[in-house]
Amino acid sequence: MSTRISVLKTYKLYIGGQFPRTESGRATALSGRKGQHIANLCRASRKDLRNAVVAARKAQPNWASKSAYLRGQILYRAAEMLEGRAGQFADELRLQGDSASSARKEVDAAVDLLVHYAGWTDKYTQVFGSINPVASPHFNFSVPEPTGVIGVLPPQAPGLLGLVAAVAPLVAGGNTCVALASPTHPLSAVTFAEVLNDSDLPGGVVNILTGLREEILPPMATYKDIDGIAAYGTTAAEQALIGENAALNVKRVAFHPADALAGDPYRIMEFQEIKTTWHPVAVG
Amino acid sequence: MAETSTPTLIHSPTIDAVGLAERVARFKARSIKTASKVSALRLALSMIDLTTLEGKDTPGKVRQLCRKAVCPDPADSSLPHVAAVCVYPSLVRVAKDALKGTKVRVASVATSFPSGQAVLGARLEEIRYAVAEGADEIDMVISRGKFLCGDFAAVYDEIAACKEACGEAHLKVILETGELHTYDNVRRASDLAMEAGADFIKTSTGKVSPAATPEVTLVMLQAIQDFHVRTGRMVGMKPAGGIRDAKTAVTFLVMVRETLGPAWLTPEWFRFGASTLTNDILMQLAKQRTGHYQSPHDFTND
Repeated sequence: MSTRISVLKTYKLYIGGQFPRTESGRATALSGRKGQHIANLCRASRKDLRNAVVAARKAQPNWASKSAYLRGQILYRAAEMLEGRAGQFADELRLQGDSASSARKEVDAAVDLLVHYAGWTDKYTQVFGSINPVASPHFNFSVPEPTGVIGVLPPQAPGLLGLVAAVAPLVAGGNTCVALASPTHPLSAVTFAEVLNDSDLPGGVVNILTGLREEILPPMATYKDIDGIAAYGTTAAEQALIGENAALNVKRVAFHPADALAGDPYRIMEFQEIKTTWHPVAVG
Repeated sequence: MAETSTPTLIHSPTIDAVGLAERVARFKARSIKTASKVSALRLALSMIDLTTLEGKDTPGKVRQLCRKAVCPDPADSSLPHVAAVCVYPSLVRVAKDALKGTKVRVASVATSFPSGQAVLGARLEEIRYAVAEGADEIDMVISRGKFLCGDFAAVYDEIAACKEACGEAHLKVILETGELHTYDNVRRASDLAMEAGADFIKTSTGKVSPAATPEVTLVMLQAIQDFHVRTGRMVGMKPAGGIRDAKTAVTFLVMVRETLGPAWLTPEWFRFGASTLTNDILMQLAKQRTGHYQSPHDFTND
């Protein structure tokens, strides 16, 4: 008679397309609703943040230069993979305290949201770009271009939908990002990293850390190689900290309520710069 | 010709590659923090040979590099200047003029860098030209082809001839360890170069990968130590190529400190051949100073 030993999952970080443990060697235990031990999670340090930002910076120019169509294809593939693993995600959300029906609804909404932003990749420049009338012999046009590397604080809950809603518009617009997963719902964030990694998303475009906001937020806010911060469901104190330190290198900052997660092309535009070109035209 | 000019290499031991890897792994695991880290980074900065060795080098680029050599970070004037600027012979004069009145030295690669595949006469002429233009230091390459054939005497003679051509200038001998294949060869080439009169031994040209790995650097440091014990003469060390981040540079300093001792921990006896390393050191120093992680965009790109 043999008793099978079940294989428990090790939840790690997602940095530069790889799944390393935290360099600090620290872990925190995650407990379920009834206080039962669910998993051990990496407690990322500021050096993990640094590694993630370096990876994101390295990946950014290449990601932004991919065709809009390809970026859409990759996001759509992420939606496909998420759909295929919907059961696993629903189980994880339930482990973290959600009801069965709300877990399933959340996974469906996350898939739909990925499809939504996948569709926008090759359309937002058409909608938000413009040809501008000018009083000189120039062809004058404006196009949105990605801001660069964005730090992301998704809402505490919902764990999966919140992360997707925060990250997808950034990535759709050619930015790369470093997200700190919700400390209360981190499991689905780490598993979502596996979905991204299986979707031909180049390493470094999305980096996901697990850890404590109070540890990661201050170095993220002061980090001079982060070009913007998208934060959901933040306290007034957190907003003040981000706002103050963003001035160091003039970061773009966007604050949203924790439940403002609907698909919205203006979310893409939050982290776009408008570039205007004056092109001389021959006048006959 | 006196028979003493033929090197015997009887002092060259064989290298235990497994033990070497293990020793290097321990050096890498050292944790150097806060005040020690800052002083190590400042020391590393002062040991850099700021290098540009590209076909597209222009006088303008060399002058820009020279300004960076004198004042690495305009935001922090307390930082030391780098040890030297390293250029091709045709740009030595430009660098010399740009560095007039400073203590930054001018180094020049010569002897048909990076391949070394030219006749000896032409290679020696290149050294004399660079020295006449004002080079304080000459970085020569050895004939790796001859070395791999086992023609050690020819390599020994060419190094000795180069040393003579240098006159007052310091001679650094580039072994190009990436082309020597084994640690035993690296050790033999190191011994050969020191016997022949090298002031410095240097790992690589930077054009071949792998370049300055910690392993080959440790082999060369041990060779320098043994040579010093045997002859009483100090020889300098210059790892070059592939050292891109501050943390790796600090590992090298630890290695020097623990192999050769503190006497070698000065720009006079230890150098880094690097270009991208400089900015990473400056970024780490700025991080220590301000408490904020830095952006590479805020440092000069050269």
